[in-house]
Amino acid sequence: MYSQRHAIRKLNKSSTVLDSASAEKLIAYRSPLTAEQKELTADSSSFIAEQTAYISVSRLSKSYEKASVLAVDNVSFEVNRGEIFGLIGPDGAGKTSIFRMLTTLILPDSGSATVLGFDVVKDFREIRSQVGYMPGRFSLYQDLSIEENLNFYATIFGTTLEENFHLIHDIYVQIEPFKKRKAGNLSGGMKQKLALCCALIHKPRVLFLDEPTTGIDPVSRKELWEMLRKLKSQDIAILASTPYMDEALMCDRIGLINNGKIMTIDTPQGLIEKYDKPLYAVSADNIARLLRILQEYPEIENSYAFGDNAHVILQGRSTDLKRYLEEKGLRNIEIIPIKATVEDCFINSLSEQ
Amino acid sequence: MNKEEKYITRHKPKSQKIGNSISFPHLGKVPKGIGARGVGGLSATNLTKRFGNFTAVDRITFEVKQGEIFGFLGANGAGKTTAMRMLCGLLKPTSGEATVAGFDVFKEQEEIKKNIGYMSQKFSLYENMTVRENIEFFGGVYGLKMSEIKPRMDSLLNKLEFTDVRDKLVQSLPLGWKQKLAFSTAIFHEPQIVFLDEPTSGVDPVTRRQFWDLIYDASERGITVFVTTHYMDEAEYCNRISLMVDGRIEALDTPKNLKTEHNANSMNEVFYALARKAKRVE
Ligand SMILES: Nc1ncnc2c1ncn2[C@@H]1O[C@H](COP(=O)(O)OP(=O)(O)OP(=O)(O)O)[C@@H](O)[C@H]1O
Ligand SMILES: [Mg+2]
Repeated sequence: MYSQRHAIRKLNKSSTVLDSASAEKLIAYRSPLTAEQKELTADSSSFIAEQTAYISVSRLSKSYEKASVLAVDNVSFEVNRGEIFGLIGPDGAGKTSIFRMLTTLILPDSGSATVLGFDVVKDFREIRSQVGYMPGRFSLYQDLSIEENLNFYATIFGTTLEENFHLIHDIYVQIEPFKKRKAGNLSGGMKQKLALCCALIHKPRVLFLDEPTTGIDPVSRKELWEMLRKLKSQDIAILASTPYMDEALMCDRIGLINNGKIMTIDTPQGLIEKYDKPLYAVSADNIARLLRILQEYPEIENSYAFGDNAHVILQGRSTDLKRYLEEKGLRNIEIIPIKATVEDCFINSLSEQ
Repeated sequence: MNKEEKYITRHKPKSQKIGNSISFPHLGKVPKGIGARGVGGLSATNLTKRFGNFTAVDRITFEVKQGEIFGFLGANGAGKTTAMRMLCGLLKPTSGEATVAGFDVFKEQEEIKKNIGYMSQKFSLYENMTVRENIEFFGGVYGLKMSEIKPRMDSLLNKLEFTDVRDKLVQSLPLGWKQKLAFSTAIFHEPQIVFLDEPTSGVDPVTRRQFWDLIYDASERGITVFVTTHYMDEAEYCNRISLMVDGRIEALDTPKNLKTEHNANSMNEVFYALARKAKRVE
């Protein structure tokens, strides 16, 4: 015990950024609880169930490289029991640093946070035994099969695959046909699904998912979120990050984060309703040319590709734009006023910075 | 060292003449490319890969034209990465035929490696080297001289707005920046065709659009782009796409035609209609 704790402290001190290999080892380290610990855990859980905030973050900050990079800047939020909270922000916004502090892998510079009532600095052992964490780049045991990986995780948490099978069923069935295959021989998305099953198998009461659907195909993404929605009704709180804006709709609340700061916290619907720009979907026969021409049109605040059409924040009149595009030789032009999606909100909040 | 890393370090072409046809970073000029045969596309006939009794890629037949942006879609485990690795000369096919940039995937694997760029799903840059060191390293791997690398590196850093981070370790960069850099190093030697395995996975919406700008730039210079993605909006940005199910190509057409054929409003719907026909087991 001492040496592990010592190693963790040392890691925390020496380098605030853990390389993925050490992080993985730390996450994998969860020795079975002693009888005494189990008792303690049981006690605390009955106490905690009465509180609603399973994750509580207050003015948390973290910097790297001798304070030259402020990765997390005075961040506060809460995640309640039965809630899915989404952290949405560009690459490098500080999401993963927040996950690492809350899962006790790195220490905050200032501020405080509790998970299930436990302090992320003082009570790291309790937190680790009660949460599930799926880091963005998860390393499985490449030489173990799907089945062996899962059994391994179940065992270190003192449970069995059978006991909590219902939690992972929907995702597990997709990789089950290959359960004897070594993790190293799985496709990228199959690995991701296995990693998620491993994070869930001990029925954690707080689940941290750092980009759980990256590399997962569109059909499976939908199934995964349906699974998370179902899971919510159990005694659990979920903090997730995602680069897929359509997934933000599956969260109860989302926090838009940029440059280490949380800009807004709202429900997805609330966020969409706050959007107040004149937004249009514009399509034409040649989308690549359309996008280029739109860049030159003066009365446009912003324009960008959006699947098979362009989204445009148009300050002028749409009839003028249509005439302009026709003059430029485009055909089959359609300009339709639309309601913003979360992705439009996201792009707008970044461009307003 | 994994296979990709080995490939990159081992693969140092002996003599290489890039010539002065390189137009980088100016657009619109089609580079002559390195390959003698100069056919920038690819074609596969009944290309197959088996692992033991399991057929990961099952007799795929298709063509990609020079300069095309070709999207290679499919559910997890469909066989995309396996097929791509065969086309890159990294994995020996079990049977079938294929040529890439005019070279045979069975007999001319070394030639293929010289004429393509490859950005793997897992490995693309050395995390513990700086931006500049990575560019110099990959430039060297593809046989460019330091005197050629320097000016190209400067214009690349400018274009990516990376001048401030040139001496930063790659591991300190946000993912989207790394991916843009990885793509740029994969085409630094102006290959005829570049293979991108999920280059934008995990990248935010704004940076993804910047990434696709880079893809369009490369394509306009005549580089054929072969790309896998799980983002269906990106599928719309491809000239043509194929959709793989259980190792086979189930559909291949322009996004527009596929939507019409499946009576769908978006590529997302097309994917739903096709991708979940998967049935295979070990
Ligand atoms: N070395 C191997 N041994 C056995 N099976 C393998 C090996 N490599 C790949 N496979 C299997 O081949 C199938 C196709 O894998 P591949 O990585 O090509 O899928 P993919 O389409 O790239 O999926 P993803 O979208 O998840 O990246 C999978 O079932 C995978 O487990
Ligand atoms: Mg793959």
